[in-house]
This record gives sequence, C-alpha cells and structure tokens, in this order.
Amino acid sequence: MQEVFLAIGMTIACTILLSLYRAVSGPGVFNRAAAVNVIGTKVVVLLVIVGYIFERPMFVDIAIAYAALNFIGTLLMSKYLERGEVCSP
Amino acid sequence: MFALIETVVDVLTTAFLIFGAFFMVTGAIGLLRFPDFYTRLHATGKCDTLGEVAILFGCMIYSAYHGMPFVVFKLLCIILFFFIANPTGTHAIMKAAYKTGVKPWRVGEERR
Amino acid sequence: MNRKDFLSVVVTFLIMYVFWLLLSACIGSHHGIDYIRVVGGLICAGIVTAFSHKHRLLFTGKEEKVLTKAYRFIFYVPWLLWQIILANFDVAYRVLHPKMPINPRIIEFDTTLRGDVSRTTLANSITLTPGTITIEVKGSRFWVHAIADKAAEALLVDKTMQKKVAYVFMEF
Repeated sequence: MQEVFLAIGMTIACTILLSLYRAVSGPGVFNRAAAVNVIGTKVVVLLVIVGYIFERPMFVDIAIAYAALNFIGTLLMSKYLERGEVCSP
Repeated sequence: MFALIETVVDVLTTAFLIFGAFFMVTGAIGLLRFPDFYTRLHATGKCDTLGEVAILFGCMIYSAYHGMPFVVFKLLCIILFFFIANPTGTHAIMKAAYKTGVKPWRVGEERR
Repeated sequence: MNRKDFLSVVVTFLIMYVFWLLLSACIGSHHGIDYIRVVGGLICAGIVTAFSHKHRLLFTGKEEKVLTKAYRFIFYVPWLLWQIILANFDVAYRVLHPKMPINPRIIEFDTTLRGDVSRTTLANSITLTPGTITIEVKGSRFWVHAIADKAAEALLVDKTMQKKVAYVFMEF
C-alpha cells in the first residue's frame, strides 16, 4: 500500500507545479489569486497523504489548520480587491 | 478470512484514490487550457472539490480498517469543512472580479 | 441574564468542549487520561464561549419546526452528491476534448425563497453542481455564470433544484 500512496503523492505534486505556471503568468491579479487558492487546496491533500506515507497521524491536525488558514486568506484577498479596504466602519 | 477483508479494503482505497487523483489532474489542466478567467474558475472550483473529497474518503476507509478512530473523525471534519468553504471562496473571488469590471469571454474572441 | 441566554451559553460551552476532547484524543493514548489536555480544554472552551455566545447560532428564537427541516435535509444530501458526480464527468469531458465545446454567458433569474438559510443553500448548491457559479445575490435576484447551454437550461426551465430546496425548508 505504500507504493500507491507514493504514486498519488507524486501526481499531486506535479499538478501543484502546473498551477504554479498560472500563478506566475496570469494576465492580471485575479488569475493569480485564483491560482493561489487552488494551490492551497492541493497542499491540504498532499499533507494528509504524506502523513500516511510516513505513518505519523499528526499530519492531519496540520492539514485542518492549513485548510482554515487558506479559506480566510482567500476571503480577505477578495474583500480587499473588491473594495480597496478590509475593515469598513 | 481476514486476508479477504484486507484485500477488499485495499482495492476500495486504491479505487477512491485514483478517482480523486484523476479529477485533480483534470482541474489543473483546465486551469491552463481555458481562455478566460471565469471559465478557469469553473474548472478548478468544482473538479478540485470532488477530487479532494474522494481522496480523503479513501484515506478514511483505510484508517477505519486499521483501527485509528480519531483520525477518521478528523478527516470527516475536513470533508465537511471543504463542502462549505471551497464554493464560498470561489464565489467571493468571482464577485470581486465582476464588480471591478472584468469582462466575460464570448465565442469567437481571442484568449486572455 | 434570562433563561434563553443561560441556555445558549451552556449549549455553546458543551459543544466546544466535546469538540476539543474528540480532536485532541486524550483518552486513547495508551497511558490513561491526560489531565493537562482536560484542563486546557476547559480553559479554551471557556474563552471561546465568552467571546461568541452573543451571536447565537442555535437558539435564535426565529425558526420553527427545526426537526422536520433537519430530517428532510438529511435526504437532500445524497441527491446532491449524485448530481455533483454526474455533472463533474461532464466538465471533465469539456476540459479534455481537443475542441473544447464551451459557450459561456451570464443569466439572471428570480426565486420564490424568502429566508436567509434557504437562499444560502441554493447558492451553495448552484456553485457545487458543475456548469454554473453564483456571481451575486441581491434580494431575491440571482446572477449566475453558466458555461454551456445544457446547464443553463436545467436551471432556468426545469427548476428542479429550486423545487427541492423549497421542499426541504417547507416552501419558504
């Protein structure tokens, strides 16, 4: 079963590299913001699979924390791009 | 007898993992191929959600058989959070682009 | 502090504490109960409850017949999962086809749903099923970006999803 997890982990790492191309060369700021959101999603999956490869169940806690951080970061970025400020009185 | 159940669990886990990885690769290819910002968000915001849920469900089955009950609960929490958070993030960034004036693409124009 | 405030504080504290105990796994670590995690959970759950019990997620006093709606919602989720799987195959076909048959446009329509929770459920379901993404919601008017003709028609002409959400939340 270790070989299956290793193969899936390498596939997801390759898709992260593919999305990095869109983050570097997207024309404008919205393409780059969307690509960063996608990379955050794939990193959560990669963390869980690496936890299964090394047989340490602690990586799932880190994945929960990073999923919450990525969500808040995307919402904050889109709020700033829409209004020009983050906290409106 | 237990060897049979272990083989069935292994086959089910591999099937879910390959199903999820196929949809994640499709999402990344869609991010590169589509001609406009709005259509690229279509490809990633949906295929990514389904692929991630499938991969985490396969890992849940694997660790439910090998006797780690707390890991099953934590993975279930991530899955429930993802069903609500990923579409909301996609909608938020698309609303910001629409309000700022990014024009949608029609058939027959060039790539942007 | 009247009775409803006290009830909401107690329920919020209990839910936060049970969630902490399940996430930190203080029972199954093979050498008994770890008292540092138990006491730390009391402190952290107390701090979170002190900051957030005024926002009242559960006992807002505005909804009725909650059990019927929850029971119908449990039957709505498998239908949604099946629609997600079916239509994701359609998006994968459009991505991998060498000619890429897409035809995007923006459509707008009105709904008859009236509450906040049911409109949020409808917007989330529209974004989850492939082919459509909700762009904006203003009052009861939805702006939706669709990627092909078939998906846009299923939302405007058939109205299957709106009827199902209205049935779950009892014709809001």
